[in-house]
Amino acid sequence: MKKLHTLLFSASLLMGVAAHAQLKVEIAGVGSNQIPVAVAAFADESLAPEQVSAIIRADLERSGVFRVIDARQPISDTANVDLAAFKASGADALVVGSVQRLADGRFQVRYKLLDTVKQSQLSQLSDAVTARNTRLEGHRIADDVYEKLTGVRGIFSTRITYVKQDPVARDYKLVVADADGEGEQVAAHGREPIISPSWSPDGTKVAYVSFELRKPVIYVQNLVTGQRTVVANEKGNNSAPAWSPDGTKLALALSKTGNTQIWIVNADGSGLRRVTHSSDIDTEPRFAADGQTIYFTSDRSGGPQIYKMSVNGGQATRVTFNGNYNISPRLSPDGKTLAWISQRDGGFSLYAMDLASGQEQRLADGATEPSFSPNGKYIMYATRGGGRTALAVVSVDGRVKQRLTTQAGNIREPSWGPFMK
Amino acid sequence: MRNAKSVAFIVAAAALLSACSSTKLQEAPKVEEKPVAQATPPADTSREIRPVETGNVDPLNDPKGVLANRSVYFDFDSYVVRDDGKPVVENHSAYLTKNTQRKVLIQGNTDERGGTEYNLALGQKRAEAVRKSMAALGVSDGQMEAVSLGKEKPKATGHDEAAWAENRRADIVYQ
Repeated sequence: MKKLHTLLFSASLLMGVAAHAQLKVEIAGVGSNQIPVAVAAFADESLAPEQVSAIIRADLERSGVFRVIDARQPISDTANVDLAAFKASGADALVVGSVQRLADGRFQVRYKLLDTVKQSQLSQLSDAVTARNTRLEGHRIADDVYEKLTGVRGIFSTRITYVKQDPVARDYKLVVADADGEGEQVAAHGREPIISPSWSPDGTKVAYVSFELRKPVIYVQNLVTGQRTVVANEKGNNSAPAWSPDGTKLALALSKTGNTQIWIVNADGSGLRRVTHSSDIDTEPRFAADGQTIYFTSDRSGGPQIYKMSVNGGQATRVTFNGNYNISPRLSPDGKTLAWISQRDGGFSLYAMDLASGQEQRLADGATEPSFSPNGKYIMYATRGGGRTALAVVSVDGRVKQRLTTQAGNIREPSWGPFMK
Repeated sequence: MRNAKSVAFIVAAAALLSACSSTKLQEAPKVEEKPVAQATPPADTSREIRPVETGNVDPLNDPKGVLANRSVYFDFDSYVVRDDGKPVVENHSAYLTKNTQRKVLIQGNTDERGGTEYNLALGQKRAEAVRKSMAALGVSDGQMEAVSLGKEKPKATGHDEAAWAENRRADIVYQ
């Protein structure tokens, strides 16, 4: 019995290691005016299965916003720190903390963020977490550091979903992972393609398209219960689900009239109604932040361009004019920026447009299927390289790029989840 | 004019189908009567079993028949059934108008270039082009559904023009 226990334990340990090796982050550029932050090892952090300070350091480095300085010694949140010495070493802020094992097996993780310039405390957290959640606690602390030092909410504890295709096993998985690609969990698995996953605004559900009935059908899956409902299985194609900001409705692309048109349906599949009335392709609907406007792709002018119109119908207004292939509109959470994919000079590139001024910026080449981070500071997208597709992240100013690569298989169709509490 | 042409085509295609599918006939064949049952035989052979023909093999299952070809190809950025795809459409239309209990899924496909959802809509345009051609040849709407697999299920997995051409296709899938 004891032997079996040990065996199981080592098996799960091995699986854990394999899961962590799934995705790798590469930083291809850095931002200017980085904030110098020293991160100390937390006192007794080796008690926990994950090294909390290493997770915080990796998160802050990956953001491109910080220049992380190694504090070279473990510093507890209760220690008296010579902040002037850290200021002298170039750090504007210092992260310290401790880990303590509790009687019930959980871990008490304490952290403090100290300002070396003003010689004051900026923030602190103290949480009791299970062994499984020590990694998440590291992300939460990194979120707190990011928010206190930049004024913008951090996205390190958010999650992403994407589709993983294994050409050898010939299968498709809908995967949910941490925003850094760690901790992959399979939400749906099958032999037929899955495309266009989209997180519900409350983060409990994902809408996606599965080909398991030999045609595209839209499902909404509750990630916690695994319960799945068919939202649209009309004659023809059912695809491109996008949630309304309040999570009560989905905009869809259906071809039940013969051509692909945009429709809106209640999240439970009731109350289907048509929005666009063209004789061309209208697809890829996305709600604007106000919930009253829909951006979409249409080929009514010949090639695909991005348009917007009211959810109640009426005249559509063209949004993109440069290039003759503009697809996949995505609105930033504050509604001020449009990200999309444009084909220019043969290749597909990720662009962002300030909707007020119409100013365009090219953010990345070889990009498809963009998705904004919930704080609007990053865009994740699928990119081809080395014969397979992987995920990459670029900051909205285009200065910081990361690539998440896998050992095997193609990763596509990322959707960045909302803030969770 | 177009209607007359279509009707003529249905007649020709139907004629082709009712003939033995492995031979090509230039003229409309006579309808063959299968000897299912004959006159009552003499009484003294009552212990002999006379076999009954249960019918022809469904031409759909003939691997050498015209119905074995179920793919219609398209040019780059085109959603019009090419001349080489017309016989495919016509043969299956003839079969479906005769066998009204049969249903087909018409699955459109695209090459790998471009966005997932836009390609899905383009594949649907190809499936719809085939569906409309078949409807014009008399196949009822209830027998057909035009859908798209976009770029998600490529028949050819290469990344060159030959592979792309193979994947610009609509398949007629019997249900």
